[in-house]
Amino acid sequence: MPGPDGKTSGLVLHYEGRDDWAPRVDPHLAQALDAKLAEQAAAHSAIKIEPRLLDQYVGRYGNAQVEITAASDGGQLSGLVTRRTLLAGSAASLLAAPWVARAQANTLRIGMQSILSGPIALLGTSSRNALTIEQDRINATGGFLGRPIEFVFRDSKGQPQEAARVARELVNSTGCELLVDAEASSASFAVQEVVRDLGVACIHTNSETSSLTADPKIRAPTAFRVARQGVHDAVAGSLYLAEYAKAKKLDKWATCSPDYAYGRDTTAQYLQFFKKFKPDVEVIAEAWPKLGQPDFTEVITKLLQAKPQALFSLLYAGDLSAFVNQGNVYALFSQMTVATPNVDYPVMAAIKNLPAGIQSATRYLDTFPNTPANKEWGQAYLKKWNERPTNWSWQNTVAMQFYEAAIKKANSLDAKTLAAALIGLKINTPFGFDGTITMRDDHTTIGYAIGWGQTTPKEPFIVDVKAADWGQIIELETEWKQQHNYI
Amino acid sequence: MDLDALGSCLAMPACVVTQTTSGLIVGMLLFLVAAGVTLIFGVLKIINFAHGTFYMLGGYVAYSVLGATDSYALAVVSGALATALGGVVFERALISRVYGSNVLMQLLICYAVVLIFDDLVKMVWGPEFHAMGMPSAFQVPPLFIAGGVVPPFYAVLVGIAALIAIVLALGLSMTRFGKTVRAAAINPQMVSALGINTTVLFAIVFAIGGGLAGLAGALAAPVRSLSSGMGFSILIESFIVTVIGGMGSIAGALVASLMIGMVRGFGTIGFPGFTDGLIYILMIAVLLLRPQGLFGRTL
Repeated sequence: MPGPDGKTSGLVLHYEGRDDWAPRVDPHLAQALDAKLAEQAAAHSAIKIEPRLLDQYVGRYGNAQVEITAASDGGQLSGLVTRRTLLAGSAASLLAAPWVARAQANTLRIGMQSILSGPIALLGTSSRNALTIEQDRINATGGFLGRPIEFVFRDSKGQPQEAARVARELVNSTGCELLVDAEASSASFAVQEVVRDLGVACIHTNSETSSLTADPKIRAPTAFRVARQGVHDAVAGSLYLAEYAKAKKLDKWATCSPDYAYGRDTTAQYLQFFKKFKPDVEVIAEAWPKLGQPDFTEVITKLLQAKPQALFSLLYAGDLSAFVNQGNVYALFSQMTVATPNVDYPVMAAIKNLPAGIQSATRYLDTFPNTPANKEWGQAYLKKWNERPTNWSWQNTVAMQFYEAAIKKANSLDAKTLAAALIGLKINTPFGFDGTITMRDDHTTIGYAIGWGQTTPKEPFIVDVKAADWGQIIELETEWKQQHNYI
Repeated sequence: MDLDALGSCLAMPACVVTQTTSGLIVGMLLFLVAAGVTLIFGVLKIINFAHGTFYMLGGYVAYSVLGATDSYALAVVSGALATALGGVVFERALISRVYGSNVLMQLLICYAVVLIFDDLVKMVWGPEFHAMGMPSAFQVPPLFIAGGVVPPFYAVLVGIAALIAIVLALGLSMTRFGKTVRAAAINPQMVSALGINTTVLFAIVFAIGGGLAGLAGALAAPVRSLSSGMGFSILIESFIVTVIGGMGSIAGALVASLMIGMVRGFGTIGFPGFTDGLIYILMIAVLLLRPQGLFGRTL
């Protein structure tokens, strides 16, 4: 309802199935409160308090004006202050005007959730490793707006419901002011809806599914993606392979990809672009092994029988490693050209006899882009964690570089202000094809390094890397978006 | 369905040789695992759902031994011996306590062992997959027989598995120990009443079963990826083998394993995308026409 000044006089808050009436706070009072809070925040420094001591304060307190509910969670005391007030023309009602008082108010908490256990735990652990390095780096240079940052890492096991719950909890209970969503695609869509609901700033760092940001119905105002986008990789890979196939006169292809949504859909997407660039290509055999199938022998012998000139595969991780080892037994790699976007450092480290000449994308390679900055970062990571960085490591690193630049530019942590600062932001980073990566207005990054080369058994593992042409990628991506009515 | 492709494959010696080799290797490694499942069920009436764990441990132990000694033969032997020992410990410490109790109780214990060892493997070897890599002795180009491809490594594996099948068959039918095992399968009370120490007998059966599964895991380690939970898919196929071949029959396990191998080898040419379905159709047909399995005793 309009107040005396014509502005909305309050909001109805939907909370846990209840409707609460929240009138507009008097602007003078609000200003005074903010000033007071800022003053207090600046004057206080973080101290450690025994959780036992905090627990003594847990409970409910109140007088005629206010009611205070104190709760303790993981060594932090939080208080919910509710003012008892009498509204003109209505019955006595509880007005929720909560703020959270914290023992360590000065530290800026950033929530990160990912898959940190199970067979694809590497996704989460290599993301966490990269973020830990970033945390140290950022804190050494004064943190964000003078506040030290601290990550809160949570394992969602990649399950969408759990991911949504964890994201909500990170913001509402743990007091995280920024989110890094390092989930794989399935869970990132659930997190997206939580972010839309809470209006918190969030960067998705591992979800490559194009529609997360490309589809305007799914895109959220304060959520961004700093990661590869599926359609970019498909265009870049198909362009490279079409060129390669033309040069080597490879017309007869076979495919061998895992038998589930990723394998089937992404193979179709690559083939669609591939046939566009090289219309005379013919797919003469398809194999769809199950995910985690122990033995690929019958798949391999079938491919040998079909005698294609080249094979495209989306197998990855343990499956790719088993396929390469079993393919070696049949000398498969000397009988056809094999192309896959998925040879990354963990696979190269696990396969003892990596065949030479597999055409592969560079998920992350410390020699591509071949710059001192990239090499230095890759080696520092290797030294600190005793394993090589993954594709997910660089994506999480760049996410923090974007937060850093945007917060500096906006001089604020407010989600909407940050979102405005992020759009169109171009940062200098070792992982860009020209030393920069840009956040486009559809909330996804462009200009990151995409290259294809061929494998070699020894370091640097992938050589003769050709960089993809971003002009072409964006042109074809635009066409693809039009086909899907995204623009 | 692609029956033309299957027809032309069967008409070509090269294709027949290649796909038969592929079927043999899949079938024989499966046999080693399934033989233990069927042996343990035959004698002890225990459905060992933890059998895949022995397969996994065999692979991991071999992986570590190869890393330490650089000898594939030693790696395989250690993998098999370690899991044989594991089989004895598993039987004595856990399974011997639930003989004759509810099958759900046995299932619960086996499942607990699966989960515990999957996590232990993660703690010892890490959550990432590992690949052993081909031993240098076998890093040789494949042989070509009648135009078909036969990798020497697989020929050796099939040979070892065939040898074990023969030793198992002869051992069970010709030796005194084998006869005792078969007698125990039919009437354990009578065997016990005749003064034979069934406690030792049961432990040995578990040692053989566990050792064979570990051997399969170790033999396959150079070409298959090692990961926590890898025992599960091979366990499912072992049960299919046991159902087709008949519970408790070693000969049945061999025939059924080879059938599954061949269905995989040739099914992938004629019925791409439905190979797994074919295996289950085979199982359904056997269950309908001969519910006790091809070589099983009438229930």
